[in-house]
Parts: sequence; C-alpha cells; structure tokens
Amino acid sequence: MQAGERHRRYWRSNLRMTGVLLAIWFVATFVVSWFARELQTLTVLGFPFPFFMAAQGALLIYLLLVAFYAWRMGKLDEEYGVGEDA
Amino acid sequence: MAAQSQFTSQLKRYYSLYTGGVIGFVVLLSILEQMGVPNQTLGYIFLGVTVSLYAGIGILSKTSDVSEYYVAGRRVPALFNGMATAADWMSAASFIGLAGTLYISGYDGLAFVMGWTGGYCLVALFLAPYLRKFGQYTVPDFLGARYGGDGPRMIGVFAAILCSFTYVIAQIYGLGLIVSRFTGMDFGVGVFVGLGSILFCSFLGGMRAVTWTQVSQYVILIVAYMIPVIWLSVKHTGNPVPQIAYGYVLEQVTAREKVLNDADTPDGAREAEVRGILKQRQTDTEARLRALDAGGEDYLAAERSRLAAQVAELRKRHAADAEIADAEQALNAFPKDMAAANNVWHAELEADRLRSSPIAAHAEPYAGPDEETRDNKRKNFLALVFCLMVGTAALPHILMRFYTTTSVKEARLSVFWSLLFISLLYLTAPALAVLAKYDVYTLLVGSSFSELPSWVSAWASVDKALMNVSDINRDGIVQLAEVTIGGDLIVLATPEIAGLPYVVTALVAAGGLAAALSTADGLMLTIANALSHDVYYKMIDPKAPTGRRLAISKGLLLVVAVCAAYVTSLKPGDILFMVGAAFSLAGSAFFPALVLGIFWKRANKAGAIAGMVSGLSVCMIYMYITYPFFGVNAPLWWDINPISAGIFGIPVGFVGVIIGSVLSRPPTAKVQALVDYVRYPNMAGDEGRSAS
Repeated sequence: MQAGERHRRYWRSNLRMTGVLLAIWFVATFVVSWFARELQTLTVLGFPFPFFMAAQGALLIYLLLVAFYAWRMGKLDEEYGVGEDA
Repeated sequence: MAAQSQFTSQLKRYYSLYTGGVIGFVVLLSILEQMGVPNQTLGYIFLGVTVSLYAGIGILSKTSDVSEYYVAGRRVPALFNGMATAADWMSAASFIGLAGTLYISGYDGLAFVMGWTGGYCLVALFLAPYLRKFGQYTVPDFLGARYGGDGPRMIGVFAAILCSFTYVIAQIYGLGLIVSRFTGMDFGVGVFVGLGSILFCSFLGGMRAVTWTQVSQYVILIVAYMIPVIWLSVKHTGNPVPQIAYGYVLEQVTAREKVLNDADTPDGAREAEVRGILKQRQTDTEARLRALDAGGEDYLAAERSRLAAQVAELRKRHAADAEIADAEQALNAFPKDMAAANNVWHAELEADRLRSSPIAAHAEPYAGPDEETRDNKRKNFLALVFCLMVGTAALPHILMRFYTTTSVKEARLSVFWSLLFISLLYLTAPALAVLAKYDVYTLLVGSSFSELPSWVSAWASVDKALMNVSDINRDGIVQLAEVTIGGDLIVLATPEIAGLPYVVTALVAAGGLAAALSTADGLMLTIANALSHDVYYKMIDPKAPTGRRLAISKGLLLVVAVCAAYVTSLKPGDILFMVGAAFSLAGSAFFPALVLGIFWKRANKAGAIAGMVSGLSVCMIYMYITYPFFGVNAPLWWDINPISAGIFGIPVGFVGVIIGSVLSRPPTAKVQALVDYVRYPNMAGDEGRSAS
C-alpha cells in the first residue's frame, strides 16, 4: 500500500496545524514565563497576569489546543478520505 | 459500532450508580460519626471499604485473553480512558504534595502545574494518535517495529523499567505514609497492605482490571479533593467556585504579606523581633559549625560534657522540672558524631535562614534579593517546566493507555478528556494553597498561644515536621516566623482547617490512597509487561503459547512488587526528586526516538540507538554528579538543578538520533511503509477510492 498525493497533502496540512498549535503552546508557556517579572503589573480577574497564566490561563489554552486538534483532525480525516470509517 | 455504544452507555450507568454509592457511603459514615463512632474506626472502615472495592473490580475483570490483559480489549471509550489516564497520571505527589509545594513556593511552584498539564499538548500532537494507529501493546513494541532488531527494543525496555521503577517507589512511599498515618499501622505494614490491593487488581485482570479500577479511583480522588476546598472557599469568600473566588483572596494575602514585612506596623514589628532572634540563632549555629571544623571530635566531646555538667548542676540545685527536662533533652538530642553534627546543624541553619528572611510574596515570580538569584530561578523554572512536559509525553505508563481506545479518533479525543479531568485538580490546587495561606495569615498569626486553633495543636502533636509552632520571642502571640508548616500538611489538614467533620478527613486520606494506588498500578503493569511481552515473548520465545505468556507476566508482577516494596522500605529519600527524576529520564530516553520515528522517515536503527543511549546517559550522569544523595557534588552546569537533568538529555537525544541516522543507511522500504501506516488513520483510501 503506497501513500498517494492525497495522503501527502493530508500530512502537510497536519504538519502545518501541528506547527501552529505548538507555537501557541510555546508562547503561552515559555514566553509568558520568561517575561513574568515584567508582566507583573498587569492584572486579570484580580490576579497578577503571570500568576493567572501559570495557574489557570495556560491550562485553559492547553485544553483548547487539544480540543481543537481533535476536532480539526477529524475534519481533515474526512476531507482527505483517510478517516477510519471512510 | 452498536455494541460499542451500548457498552459505553452501560458504563455510564454503572459509574453514575457508583458515584452515587460513594456519596451515599460518605453520608452514611457521617451519620455514624454523629452517633459517636470513634475516628480510628471510621478511618479503618473508609480505607477497608475502598480498597476492597478496588480489589472487587479487579476480580470482576479477571481475564486470560491477551488483548484484554495488555490493552483492555481496545474498546475503552474516550471519556473513560480520560478518567483512567487522569488517575494513572495523578500520583500521591499531585494529590498531597502539589498544594503544599504551591503554599511554600508561591508562583515558582506553578512550574509543576504547567509542566504536568502542558505535556498533554505534546502527547496529543506528537504521539497518542500515531501510537494508537500502530496498535501494538507496549512502547518498546513501537521502537522494536519502527527501528528493527532487538537493540532499540532492549534499550526501550531498560529505560521503561528505570523510570517506572523510580516513579513507583515514590508512590509506594506515599502509600505507606497515608496508610500508617490514618490507621496507626506500621509504615512497613502499610506498604504491604497497599501493595496487596494493587496486586489484586493488576494480577488477575491486567490492563482491563487496572482501567476499570482507575476510573473508580478517579471518582474518589476528585470528590475527596474538591469537597474541602469548596467548603473553605464558601467560608472565606461566599463563592462555591474556588478557582474563580481565590483571586480576591490572593489580593488580601498579598496585602497581609506587605503588613507583616513592614516593621513600622505593630504586626510587622513583632515579626521583625522574631526574625532578629532567629538571625542570632543562625549566627550561633555558624559559630558552632566553625568550631566543629577546627576542633573536630574533641570539640564535640567537650560540648557534650558541658551539657552533661549543666544537667547535673541543675539537678543539684533542684531547679524547676521543666528546666531540667529542657537541658536533658538538649543533651539527648546532641549529635553523636562528626557527620551527624554536620548534618543536624546545617539543617538547623537552613531552617532558621528560611524563617528569618522576609516573606516572599506569594504571587511574585522568581523572588530573590538580587538579579542573579532571580535569573537563576527563572532559568530553573523554565527548565523544570520543559522537562516535566517532555517527560509527560514519554512516560510509558501514560502512552500505553492510548493503545486501549477503539480508534485513532477516539485516541485524540481521549487526550482531551484526560487533560480536562487532570486540569480539574490542577486548577484547584493553587486555589487551595492561597485559601490555606489566607487562613494561616489571618486566623493563626496573631492568635494567642493559649488558644491555638484545634487543627494546629492536633497536627503539631502528630508530627513536628508537618506542623510546629513555638513561642520564640515569648510574647504569647503567634507570629508567622514562629510557624513551620510542612507541605504535605496543606491537603491533609484542609478538612480540619475548614472545620469539617472527621469523615471528610478520612475521605481525603482515601483520595490520596486512590491517587497513589492508581499510579502504582499502571507503573507496575508497565514494568511487568515490558519484561514479559518485550523481553520474553518478543526476544526469547516468540512461539510461547498465550497461557504461558500471561502466567509469566503475572509472575513477574509479583517479583516487581516485592522488589519495589523492599527498595521502598529502605526509605531512599526525597519523593519530589524521585518523581522529577523519572520525568527527566523518560523524556531523554524516549521522546526523541519516538517523535522522530513518526515525523522523520529517515530516522533509522543506528540513530535510535545513538539518540536513546546518549540522551539517557547524559541525563543519568548529570543526576549522578550533581544530586547530593550520590555524594559527588560536582559544580552545576549553567546553574541547572539536578531534577531538570532532562534539559541536557533531551536535546542530546535529538542530536544523537539525527547524527546516527544521517551517518548510516536509510531504513528499508518496509519500515518507511510502516511510518506511512502510522501517519494515516486509513491507508486504504487512495487506490480503492480513486478507482471508484
């Protein structure tokens, strides 16, 4: 069984999405934490912004990322006809 | 399809009934408590009932089918696999330790919160769907098939056992602590009782039994964690959603910290007075350490006889009993030899140093007196987050769980459910830490020593390391610098801090037990499967009949359990370090080879071996030379703590895989076809569909 053109395009879309989601993950985690001291003066819902991000914001972003990935990949599977029940 | 959805709705019904049963059971016990049943008995009933419940599920799920035993028949619905993964994931360290770490380190402790959740993004994006498509039984299975030959599989087995064993010891340790604290049994007995119940589940039914017990353990552990925190939140803010309410409490904690740090306010002045006394004590201890260095054994002997003379002198002039007792205690506690003196005095010095410095603001990131300290903390924070995340996406007992879903789609979905169920606890822990801090800062500090809150005196009498208050400046009022709180206390004492009945305390203990048991279950199964499936079946005797394979797996489980119990009984130290070490080790050994195996077709056997060996070695060597336990004490590389050794091991692993692969021949067409097979949920599409 050989992977055809359609499979290659599916894989490229997958890689693109993985890259974008990973970039969001990186910014939410590492970039925000790196500048935590500088961002200390901002407040969100009564929390200092870096504390909010590390204790809640980042977690919610992770959840969204994983949910979006699961949903979008399901779509891609169908679009390119590589879904399990295709 | 229809059978599967019927199975799912059946499961939903069972577990709803079960959750109702748990709540009913708690209510029943609280009625018993009102009727005057003693606490000890309640504790026994609670632990006894939950443990036999898990064992019962284990017996009901017993199996002798290979696919049922190793991957629960691959029909676990995403939602339930999410709960099982969450229980598998959240260990005693998360349940009991995390809130305490946050209480003590404030913002800096949040590295664990982010690290232990963000890793699931990596699991979702890089591993879970592909491993599910691959569809074998263990993580070394994938390495063996993708890279060919026994080499990569063997290294995989070694690494899986190394990190799972390190991790399981930390769990059993926590198990022993909980059982012994709440039933009064001996630590060793506690370990064996806990182990017995683990074996009951995994022994009879393998992954199938472990999965269904883990789901039930998740229910207990999350209910146990939430009830006291919600109560505490209502008490302090009137809002039953602690995750939202604690922003307001945090503001008040921060305001209170400012007052206590300001020597111009009356409260701040009293704190400053206590800190002054502690500083003086610190100077005295430093002087003693210097004298010890100079005088050695002679100095120790002279000091000891001076203390003895003091006792004798007090006796002779019939001093007050309390005074004599104090002097005797000082003599008895006097270190026996040079090494003990060094250890004890250095520990005292460190404890006093911590207490005598001003309070670090809870929400302040990387607090420190100078730029260098702050930079150091930031570096280590980021390194730790990185290691915990990558380690999450490489621990075999977690990855294994994604083999058990029905399809690739379900595997992706099940990462979402896992993360959701895990986040419930991880969003609550920082709230608990702040709420507890608020209680200590406002209710305990400033109260009088004659009327301490009852939970303080209760815990202080149980364990001095968990709770210790002493009136250092003898003014009869509690100052913050006079209070020492051990991290583990926060979760264990929350029900009492919130003024809840003892039943809730027992529930929390049962929750901690569930957390430790579920993780230990998954880990021991991983070790036994690596040995029986990967070593025995795949490498020694590929023709072995099913019955013998399962018998060997079960036998090995017993051996592993006994070894783990033995090592744990030696009490090899710091739980948090062991847990962190497991993450760094797993990340360095597995992550590069697994991810590149899926995303880079050119990766081959030589690369995998080079990457896994070099990554793992760098990580182990760094831990060995820098972690004080091993006694080498080499200087740190770029000030990175040994717990984050993976920050060196993981990149080295990637470089190793790449260099090794480039320098040798590309993998065969068969292996490349396997990579394609793993990448696409369905390969059949192309030719068949384009023809139609």
